[in-house]
Amino acid sequence: MTFNAAELLAVIAARQLRDDTTVFAGVGVPLLAAALAKRRHAPRLTMVIEGGIIGPEIAPGRLPVSTNEMRAGHRATMLPGITDAFLFAQRGFVDVGFMGGAQIDQYGNINTSVLGPDYWHPKVRLPGTGGANDIASLCREVIIVTPHEKRRFIERVDFVTSPAWLRGDGSRRAAGLLFGGVSRVVTTLGILGFDADSKRMRIEATHPGVSVDTLRQNTGFSLLEAPRVEVTEPPSDEELEMLRALDPERRFLGA
Amino acid sequence: MNPVEYDFIGARQRLEAKPKSAGEKLTSLEDAVARVKDGDHLSVGGCLFSRTPMALLREILRHRRRALTLSRNLTCTEGELFMAAGAVTRVVTAWMSIGLPWGVSKILRHYVESGAVALEEWSHLALGLRFRAGAMGVPFLPALTMLGSDLVGVGGLKTVQDPYTGETLAAVPALFPDVALLHVHRADRFGNCQIDGYPHMDADIARAATTVLVTTEEIVSEEETRRYPDRTVIPGFVVDALVLAPFGSFPHECYGLYEADYDHFAEYTAAIDARGPAAVGEYLERYVYGPPTWNDYLDLFGGERLARQAKRAAELTGASLGPPSVRAALA
Repeated sequence: MTFNAAELLAVIAARQLRDDTTVFAGVGVPLLAAALAKRRHAPRLTMVIEGGIIGPEIAPGRLPVSTNEMRAGHRATMLPGITDAFLFAQRGFVDVGFMGGAQIDQYGNINTSVLGPDYWHPKVRLPGTGGANDIASLCREVIIVTPHEKRRFIERVDFVTSPAWLRGDGSRRAAGLLFGGVSRVVTTLGILGFDADSKRMRIEATHPGVSVDTLRQNTGFSLLEAPRVEVTEPPSDEELEMLRALDPERRFLGA
Repeated sequence: MNPVEYDFIGARQRLEAKPKSAGEKLTSLEDAVARVKDGDHLSVGGCLFSRTPMALLREILRHRRRALTLSRNLTCTEGELFMAAGAVTRVVTAWMSIGLPWGVSKILRHYVESGAVALEEWSHLALGLRFRAGAMGVPFLPALTMLGSDLVGVGGLKTVQDPYTGETLAAVPALFPDVALLHVHRADRFGNCQIDGYPHMDADIARAATTVLVTTEEIVSEEETRRYPDRTVIPGFVVDALVLAPFGSFPHECYGLYEADYDHFAEYTAAIDARGPAAVGEYLERYVYGPPTWNDYLDLFGGERLARQAKRAAELTGASLGPPSVRAALA
């Protein structure tokens, strides 16, 4: 079965989630990926959505476009409110944070606030953090899910909206962020991780047919490389069929 | 950040000086909104396009208030209307746009990039904790979020050393707004309020604010409140004015009662794509300044549209079709 970039992203992202865990999922591809994982290999996975929702079952064809509308809470087990949903994460109940990002740097920091050097006079005003900063600060582990484009992967973000490893080494811990951090970046070209000491981004795996060179050419900073770079398994027919059933309108999976 | 926002002593004194009546709160939109002054800080209940107090917000725009600050965790079309009307100079929020299909708000970009409106960005949890600290009457709450990011410098977040472990924590400042604007599912005429589905920040915002204005989908009897007191999230003595406003969030959603009108959002954003910010000026004329009453406003959408959105909500939540106002629209 052939597949497009969004489908590849959702399937590879879904495989990162384990059974018997909890995931804080943003709407769009991250939510589709979490829903796929729950249907396919992780039935005891609990989704948490920042609108104050625990345990929703997403209705195919009625996918939410934001985090606190009725569609997002379809058949939820609890609606604790937004502040309390995040406090579950602050307490340590949320294993994985699943998020996208406009700009990402070599330490995994994300910018969704402003483009340009001056926050108060931005060249481009973006929507802002929403819950992304909190997910990046509070979950046990964060997985970023994003298309791989050179304009997104830049050496230094204009503004750190959501902190990952900040400036590398021990800077995250020194800022008071005692827990968590970004473990992986799942992209349309491969899977990236971080060097254990420097916390700089490194290539862990490429998708089938993608070379390490292609991945480097589409990244605006120099990438480290894991000792052994793996090649991911392409999405199976079963994975694609289950995924497509979740988004029959192709609202997030695209054409 | 304005220091008056976290002045817990001043906020306490304002509350002590205020009557906290268990009496009648029911009034008109015009009378309720007369309590809002130019320059006030208004905290808006609901979140994004969920349970937005649209009838109150519309009335404030009709009163042509100026130099307002709006705070809300996720800011949606109501923020765009206030920007385009020239009513707001500062927006305190974690995020602003409508939702993924409609992209980054062009109105946000126009007014913030030009410097006409200052957008003070806090994380979703931090802003929630600002309202909670206000509700608790304390100047700040310790938290583990927002540290290390560039958001720290935007609003002036400070840190505090934990006196027990010595660790560094965010000291998230309280937010005591002048006015809370809320829309709820049901209330009795004394202002005891009940909310179904998503609670959002409404109960915290009500306690943090000096003045509390509420619209409700339905007025229930005092007996009904007393039968289900566990469902009351805002007690009457907190509320200053209560107004009956069926479909009071429309075109935004009210949990279990009506779904947000995506088609309306698509028409609204298409007009902005075609004609720029001027399209919001036209929208204000048609939907805000034109129709004198809330019912006249709802007539612009029409009963068929309201009924369709009510049916969709019932399908999604499995809820019954709600209070008489919604059932009447369905008939």
